[in-house]
Amino acid sequence: MTNILIAAAVLALLGLVLGILIGYTAKRFAVEADPRIEEITELLPGANCGGCGYAGCADFAKEIVENDANISSCSACSEENFKKIAEILGKEAGNREKQVAVVYCSGDNHKAKRLARYNGLNDCRAAAALSGGGKTCRFGCIGLGSCARRCQFGAIEIRNGLAIVHPELCEGCGNCIDICPRKLIRLVPATSKIHVYCNSLEKGPVKRKACEAACIACKKCVRAVPDSFNAQGFLVRVTEDSNLTEETIREIACPTGALDTVAHHTAANSGKEGAA
Amino acid sequence: MKNNMPIHPKHFEGGIHPADHKELSAAGLIRNIPLLDKYTLVIQQNIGAPPKLNVQKGDTVLKGQKIADAGGFVSVPLHAPTSGTIGEILEIPGANGAPVQAVEIISDGKDEWCEPMTPYPNWRDQNRELLLERVREAGIVGMGGAAFPTHAKLSPPPEKIIDTLVINGAECEPYLTADDRLMREYPEQVLTGAEICAKILRISHIVIGIEENKPDAINILRRKAKRNRNIQIIPLHVRYPQGGEKQLIYALTGRKVVAGGLPMDVGCVVQNVGTLKAIADAVTEGRPLIERIVTVTGTPVKDTGNFHLRLGTPVEKALEAAGGLQSPVGKLILGGPMMGFAQSSLKVSVSKNTSGILFLANDEVRQFEAGPCLSCGRCVDACPMRLLVSTLSKVCENERYDLAEENYVLSCLECGICTYVCPAGRPNVQHFRRAKAEINEKRRKNK
Repeated sequence: MTNILIAAAVLALLGLVLGILIGYTAKRFAVEADPRIEEITELLPGANCGGCGYAGCADFAKEIVENDANISSCSACSEENFKKIAEILGKEAGNREKQVAVVYCSGDNHKAKRLARYNGLNDCRAAAALSGGGKTCRFGCIGLGSCARRCQFGAIEIRNGLAIVHPELCEGCGNCIDICPRKLIRLVPATSKIHVYCNSLEKGPVKRKACEAACIACKKCVRAVPDSFNAQGFLVRVTEDSNLTEETIREIACPTGALDTVAHHTAANSGKEGAA
Repeated sequence: MKNNMPIHPKHFEGGIHPADHKELSAAGLIRNIPLLDKYTLVIQQNIGAPPKLNVQKGDTVLKGQKIADAGGFVSVPLHAPTSGTIGEILEIPGANGAPVQAVEIISDGKDEWCEPMTPYPNWRDQNRELLLERVREAGIVGMGGAAFPTHAKLSPPPEKIIDTLVINGAECEPYLTADDRLMREYPEQVLTGAEICAKILRISHIVIGIEENKPDAINILRRKAKRNRNIQIIPLHVRYPQGGEKQLIYALTGRKVVAGGLPMDVGCVVQNVGTLKAIADAVTEGRPLIERIVTVTGTPVKDTGNFHLRLGTPVEKALEAAGGLQSPVGKLILGGPMMGFAQSSLKVSVSKNTSGILFLANDEVRQFEAGPCLSCGRCVDACPMRLLVSTLSKVCENERYDLAEENYVLSCLECGICTYVCPAGRPNVQHFRRAKAEINEKRRKNK
């Protein structure tokens, strides 16, 4: 009996001594951390996407507080949290333009002509290093989904062999841009709702043979609204300051469908076929 | 090194023996095909700098005329395969998939030779610089597949001591019999070529390695080689990839090339038998490299065999010469089935390193769904470079190319065994190819 009591007493005493020791060290050697860092980390989206250029959200928060990094380099942060962070730092929130990614291609498996059955690695860059996947077009989306796998926000869908960005999910971090071997993805202001979904620099007839949905530079759109389009060689682009509306697009009626609204492009075949 | 010459092991460690189907094309002499109306000659047929075209559209050229000059030291000139006029300069599908620049030569039907280079039938009396220059001028590259300019291989830096010329007559790739036929029909040229190489390298020891499944080639070469006691002909176990440079050196001399090293680090220079014939032709007859021996084979092909094909012969014409198809094709491969590249077009043309044109039937081609690695270790047992393939496969799949580099992915010779033996159908070699490309690109950027 006494043995048990002694053991319990020793343990209790040990616990007490160690507890006091830990308490003392915690006070004595405490690291002074700015409480704002933690607060800001909480407010950041926490996806650790790296779009800001720092190693994750916590690192970014530290840089914001200590080295005055620009808060707006986080594109994924919501407007509300953005204001809160500015408040914590005692700064003006300032204006921030939301950007979204766009994949400039509309050649899915139905529209783009196939050259071969690709059965190599399921990765666009690996395919590009070989023959460039199964599609004939050497500028278009390979459709093996490297960008979709890279996206932290699930904003890119591979639908029927074509990458489609859903703007409502896209946070504009730009991670997908580098990974695309065809350099098809660009960040655009979220307000621009109309694009020419083609990136091929081939001549019109060559493009037409490779893909039903290519921009063949017929310039129908340019003739209709000259100010809103920028035709270079065999490719037409919508200018950044264009104020095209959905109605105008419908009136122009692009013969191949390369000129399209974001809403229609992302919803075009939804429900028809699942991801490749 | 010479004092303790090790006992010759008959083969390397690892490797496999896939069904080789050599019987499809091994019988029958090498055939010529009729002159074509048009040749599409790929401009870059060598590793290194691309040659520079010195002709324009509409120019008339003669057979064997130089139409492109070497673009640097690691580069060779290119010659016209027949006489005629230069047509368009166009893009055709290349052997590894990406489109390449090619020049059309429209034949005039006369097949008229240009002023030949001086033949040196008594080449033994010529000096080695002259012979080396000839090898280069004739546009000779490694014809086993790598297409590395031969003259560069034959001029090792002076601090490397070379003592052995290793001749690759292994032909370990299934289906291919071009080298086998070549050794049987042109043994004299093979030996002469080897002696010329040895003279250029200022060495005498020549070892020729031939797999045991080519007894005729071994016998013929042994009989012919009696004239030179420095030539050794060694039968090798039939095992893929016996023809890999490092595997062959190990099997024949017992020397191991360290990771990242070259054969010359262990005193060897390796040449393929096809290259030797080209060298002999260039030196003794003054003929540049304008044709090669190609195996056209596969069960769907009617009349399989080996053909003398001019460079620039489109695959469709080669197939025509082989009697066309008798059953549907599942896959067309340029090269052997293990290391060759699948093609998507019949427009691709024969170049200096095309050793075979292989058609596989529908039921011989399978598509695998890659599963997770089972860690069974078959790939590790089979890897001829003794790499930890299972680990590499996983790190490459997750794009950890830094770890791949630590695990020596750059030593991979892309023989494809790991993919062949994998029960989970994992595309290992494809992963490694990609990893190598990514690592090399990163290194270039850091330079």
